[in-house]
Amino acid sequence: MTTTTPDSKEVAQAPINLAFTSELKIAALREMLRIRRFEQQALKFYNQGKMGGFLHLYIGQESVAVGAASFMNGHDEMITAYRDHGHALAVGMSMEECMAELFGKATGCSKGKGGSMHFFAPDKHYWGGHGIVAGQVPLGLGLAFALKYKNIPGCALCFLGDGAVNQGVVAESLNLASLWDLPIVFIIENNGYSMGTSLERSSAIADCLAERAAGFNMKWSVVNGSHFYELRATLHASMEEARTTLHPVLLEIKTYRYYGHSIADANHKKYRTAEEIEQYKKNHDPISCWQHQLIEEGILTESMLESIDRAAKEEAAASVAFAEASPWPEPSSIFTDIYSEVDSASDAGRTGVHFFSDLS
Amino acid sequence: MPLITYRKALNEAFAEELSRDESVFLMGEEVAEYNGAYKVTEGLWERFGSKRVIDTPISEAAFLGLGVGAAMMGLRPVVELMFWSFAYVGFDQIINNAGCVRYMSGGLINVPMVIRGPANGGTSVGATHSHTPENLIANTPGLKVVCPATPYDAKGLMIASIRDNDTVCFMENTLLYGTTGEVPEGSYTIPLGVADCKREGTDISFITYGRAVLTALEAAVILQAEHGISAEVIDLRSIRPLDEEAILNSVAKTHRVVLIDENKPFCGISSQIAATIAEKAFDELDAPILRVTALDAPAIYSMPLEKLQLPTPERIVNKALTLF
Ligand SMILES: Cc1ncc(C[n+]2csc(CCOP(=O)(O)OP(=O)(O)O)c2C)c(N)n1
Ligand SMILES: [Mg+2]
Repeated sequence: MTTTTPDSKEVAQAPINLAFTSELKIAALREMLRIRRFEQQALKFYNQGKMGGFLHLYIGQESVAVGAASFMNGHDEMITAYRDHGHALAVGMSMEECMAELFGKATGCSKGKGGSMHFFAPDKHYWGGHGIVAGQVPLGLGLAFALKYKNIPGCALCFLGDGAVNQGVVAESLNLASLWDLPIVFIIENNGYSMGTSLERSSAIADCLAERAAGFNMKWSVVNGSHFYELRATLHASMEEARTTLHPVLLEIKTYRYYGHSIADANHKKYRTAEEIEQYKKNHDPISCWQHQLIEEGILTESMLESIDRAAKEEAAASVAFAEASPWPEPSSIFTDIYSEVDSASDAGRTGVHFFSDLS
Repeated sequence: MPLITYRKALNEAFAEELSRDESVFLMGEEVAEYNGAYKVTEGLWERFGSKRVIDTPISEAAFLGLGVGAAMMGLRPVVELMFWSFAYVGFDQIINNAGCVRYMSGGLINVPMVIRGPANGGTSVGATHSHTPENLIANTPGLKVVCPATPYDAKGLMIASIRDNDTVCFMENTLLYGTTGEVPEGSYTIPLGVADCKREGTDISFITYGRAVLTALEAAVILQAEHGISAEVIDLRSIRPLDEEAILNSVAKTHRVVLIDENKPFCGISSQIAATIAEKAFDELDAPILRVTALDAPAIYSMPLEKLQLPTPERIVNKALTLF
């Protein structure tokens, strides 16, 4: 993070921000707080051994998913990587189904089959949750292709990390998006690190990732994730551009993660300094920045804030209770959700042998 | 002999070879400054420096291919995949380039490279992170596959793999990194293609490799204690080249066999071994060849269910008992 200037007055006066009602401003704050409180509960129970695998927290980056999801028009589609809890909640997935998934329970959004990295809700235009770095990027391209193919007036929002940009498939996807005029907004969430590797050590040009778009004849811009007005204005313009002109856009959003790459990352105070983390929390935290803004505008009071926060905490705690009380998936479920034809017992699913072992 | 972890045994193998041979270098995501995602390369960057121990961006296809090209020029790259599951991003480089260039050049070019990292399920990281591609790789003539189960084997096989003039795909296991065993100090090699009898027995043979060796050994103890059945455990250690003789000898001795691995059953390693036994030792068998493998489904996340997916001592015991 380099700049510390708050949102400029101009950006706040952009038409899209003038149309941003007080209710919606508060709603955005509520969404960000819900994500943070959800993840703090998840962290607590992960540390108690209630979850398996990895837990990649989004804390510090909440404004990005909330900003983008707030512009989804019912036709837009979203896809992201494994740091996916924030996006899931932002598109409207419930804390309960998400927490239950983390607990590996049958009531989880993926029935306990996917875990933290693999949340999905196609009914909410949310296509995951993908564990292989950059694996989601060409899928995002496919979402955009399908929208255009079906003449649906939407765009695809495809999130990726600052480390993911170095996968070959990203270059291939940017070229195709531009060559074929696909309605997609690529959103690089640049939190400065890919695991323990700083941007300086992973990218030949470290001060700007979005610029790579120029090589593909694509529009791009860079935004500070803690300047919510600016973020909104840019997201809105980019999504409109993609929807109406079918030209892709590449955005780079400067943000930061407070925790390690995953909670298993014991080194995260070695590859960056404690001061760096503190500095960000103190001066750039997207939630406190937005809170201050709203208090300054006279829209938010301390007591409102307290009650919003309390509700978020209660909702998160209730989601844990729900997850704890939920049943484990049945062992037989290991063999369902693999082939659609088998699950539906269609002719195709009943012809030939599909599985070569059983539970015995 | 010192008692050290599997992780440390590998680390010692790298240190030995980095010291011995200038052409050896390590490369991969987080292998240097971070000491390795699973700490297998701990201390090596500090000791050998950035020329020999190299952090890469997340670009598997590029750095695997770089490894192939550098090996063609006579270097000996040891390329880490943080998970073997990520090899799929660079499969072309492994299969088409590392696997085929020697043949297509009529033997003009060698690719003395090691590609290594963990390849296992059982840690609740979901389907995309739990692949066991030993069968996929071993399906390519030109590539070698090694899957050590113990610290001793890991070190000796790693040193042999680095010195091997062909590409060796070395598959470790995150659940084994912390296990301990006696390992000699200094350098030694274990030849690829030589199995190891981890337990002698007379009534039934368990043919296995990787972490399933430990599971099979537990099952053998139960069978002996509770059923008076003496099971022999053959650890293949290397998948390709394969020690067919050790397999056939054991079958000729016990006349009953259960193949055990954490690979999937369909065209898995056990399929190849079953075919070998059926083709070459049919007359020795007193019972059908049976298998205990990973359940034939993607790796599930849910913790208690995932435990059911991999071979357990109970499943092995039950399967073995059906043969008596
Ligand atoms: C193909 C592949 N290589 C490596 C990994 C291991 N890995 C997971 S996340 C990650 C870092 C990604 O960093 P970035 O793209 O910046 O996203 P962030 O974690 O910062 O959100 C790595 C190396 C993986 N999951 N997939
Ligand atoms: Mg990052």
